Amino acid sequence: METISVFPKGLVQTVQGSAIALRGDDIDTDRIIPARYLKCVTFEHLGGHVFADDRKELRDKHPFNNNKSLTYSILIVNGNFGCGSSREHAPQALMRWGIRAIIGESFAEIFYGNCLALGIPCVTSASETIKQIQETVELNPFQEWKLDLCKKNFKSKDDIYFWPINIEDSSREMLIEGNWDATAKLVANKGILKEKLKKLPYLNNFKSI
Amino acid sequence: MWDLHHIADLPGGSTQLFVGLHLIHEVTSPQAFSALKEKGLSVFCPERTVATVDHIVPTTNQERPFADPLAEEMLSTLERNCFEQGITLHGLHSGKQGIVHVIAPELGLTQPGMTIACGDSHTSTHGAFGAIAFGIGTSQVRDVLATQSLSMKKLKVRRIWVNGKLTEGVYAKDLILHVIKTLGVKAGVGYAYEFGGPGISALSMEERMTVCNMAIEGGARCGYINPDFETFSYLHGTTHSPKGEEWEKAKQWWSNLASEPDAIYDDEVVFDATNIAPTVTWGITPGQGISIEELIPTPDSMDPTDRQIALEAYKYMDLEPGTPIQGSSIDVCFIGSCTNGRLSDLHAAANVVKGRKVANGVKAFVVPGSEAVAKAAKEQGLDNVFRTAGFEWREPGCSMCLAMNPDKLEGRQISASSSNRNFKGRQGSASGRTLLMSPAMVAAAAITGRVTDVRDLITYNPENKRNTE
Repeated sequence: METISVFPKGLVQTVQGSAIALRGDDIDTDRIIPARYLKCVTFEHLGGHVFADDRKELRDKHPFNNNKSLTYSILIVNGNFGCGSSREHAPQALMRWGIRAIIGESFAEIFYGNCLALGIPCVTSASETIKQIQETVELNPFQEWKLDLCKKNFKSKDDIYFWPINIEDSSREMLIEGNWDATAKLVANKGILKEKLKKLPYLNNFKSI
Repeated sequence: MWDLHHIADLPGGSTQLFVGLHLIHEVTSPQAFSALKEKGLSVFCPERTVATVDHIVPTTNQERPFADPLAEEMLSTLERNCFEQGITLHGLHSGKQGIVHVIAPELGLTQPGMTIACGDSHTSTHGAFGAIAFGIGTSQVRDVLATQSLSMKKLKVRRIWVNGKLTEGVYAKDLILHVIKTLGVKAGVGYAYEFGGPGISALSMEERMTVCNMAIEGGARCGYINPDFETFSYLHGTTHSPKGEEWEKAKQWWSNLASEPDAIYDDEVVFDATNIAPTVTWGITPGQGISIEELIPTPDSMDPTDRQIALEAYKYMDLEPGTPIQGSSIDVCFIGSCTNGRLSDLHAAANVVKGRKVANGVKAFVVPGSEAVAKAAKEQGLDNVFRTAGFEWREPGCSMCLAMNPDKLEGRQISASSSNRNFKGRQGSASGRTLLMSPAMVAAAAITGRVTDVRDLITYNPENKRNTE
């Protein structure tokens, strides 16, 4: 499949596109991108290998093999998605495949932070609601969907289906205000960083003790 | 400790946190260096970043260029980046190379009171020294390179109090597998796990590292143990630990870091180490574990939320619910990894192996965690103990823990592994299967060709005088 190459930039307030239901708890980052594909010095070619082993095993039963849409996609998952390794290759592979938002019951912490650093919102809802969304999405493969971070909801374009969603206030603020790329803010405090270098006991021969 | 490293409050309620020690390796750093260049930034504190190569190194022939051109490209990229930015790289044959979470403690780079970050989830290991240590993604590696700091949210703390002491044949690995099977793999999300109590104080630093290493498998980004006399003795005399007068001052500072006995935690749980038996995973998450004496759980005995993944696990592992794990046949035995690739791990395994032979048809190999571990083990003759028994003795690296090098399971092979993850496909074959256990239990499995209670072997090993006296 062709990878979608315009990545999140600036304000991330809504995500529109197709939706894919991927069932199962504890889907780890080794499954999202098996370790052998980590042998690379750029993230460029990861999109095609997302869920490589699962897709090969399940063939047309794997939702990533069925999605014919070339628009951006919203992924609907269950609990503890992205557990295991800290590899950013996992969200990078999903992003390069075309995923622009993830809705799930819960997310592993490092994975969540890695997604946020790429401008990919991970939003949550109760277990029962997620199951309902997954069923609805599967029954309506040609529907277009919209995740709205400002209004905190997920709905079909034709307004027939509608669910409220939760997102951590801090992540929501960073995404909708376009502050999710931290580097510039960190760099701005170089003065304070330099002071810190002079003060921390273990960087100064424990002199201040 | 958090406040000491606080730089600024960031929008959204995060903290800009100073990173005292940044460790990098060849897998998660190249894209970070490229991103840095794209943004026109250079490395802010090259002396606070230390590099090694571990994930992709072959453990048989380490001559350059590597047979695998992709692995070669990754290492030469790391070498070039470190050279250009003035970062120390502990490369192959330097005497200091090894798995990043093995070498930083043994070189004394890891110290109490530091914040430590690395693009690797098992960075939780370093919390064993009373440091705040956590894994980060590549975007954060870029941020730490650029600013020696990152955006981080304060974690809640769950205290895991361990009473009693582990019994003979039961190891730190069994303790942490027991904790994870009890609390589950999601319970730690949003938490740091602080381990304490008599059962933890009694552990050596290497054992404490094993415990903190796997905090992440319980969902907790950090493991933590208060520094104490054991911590100081381990660090004393290491390459990067403070010396002379500085050492005394450092010890004083470190001693004051420990959490107060009456500190308030967000959550507390208590375990009794004396009740823990050798523990083995049977499924596809590190939480799917049982004691060696137990039967593989049946779906009706589980919390309903655990059933779906259990059904997936029975099918993938080809194991029957309600049957014993003990006696299951094993194809490959792997001793190594950042969880259990240290000298005491090799000792525990050698103790079982000594005077015995690897079962027919079993492939067994030992991958020391670092060049220093390999050297010490050789000086003590452990390499010969393993070789004589029929194990292969390899060069240091991450090896078959995640199989980014040529060490892989084939087809549906099942391994007894001292590593940390039993995820589907983790050990290099899309259908390969992994049973996690302690290095001594892996050694026992290698000898019998089956999952075996190591306590049966150490009690009756005639070569092992300590246990027969």
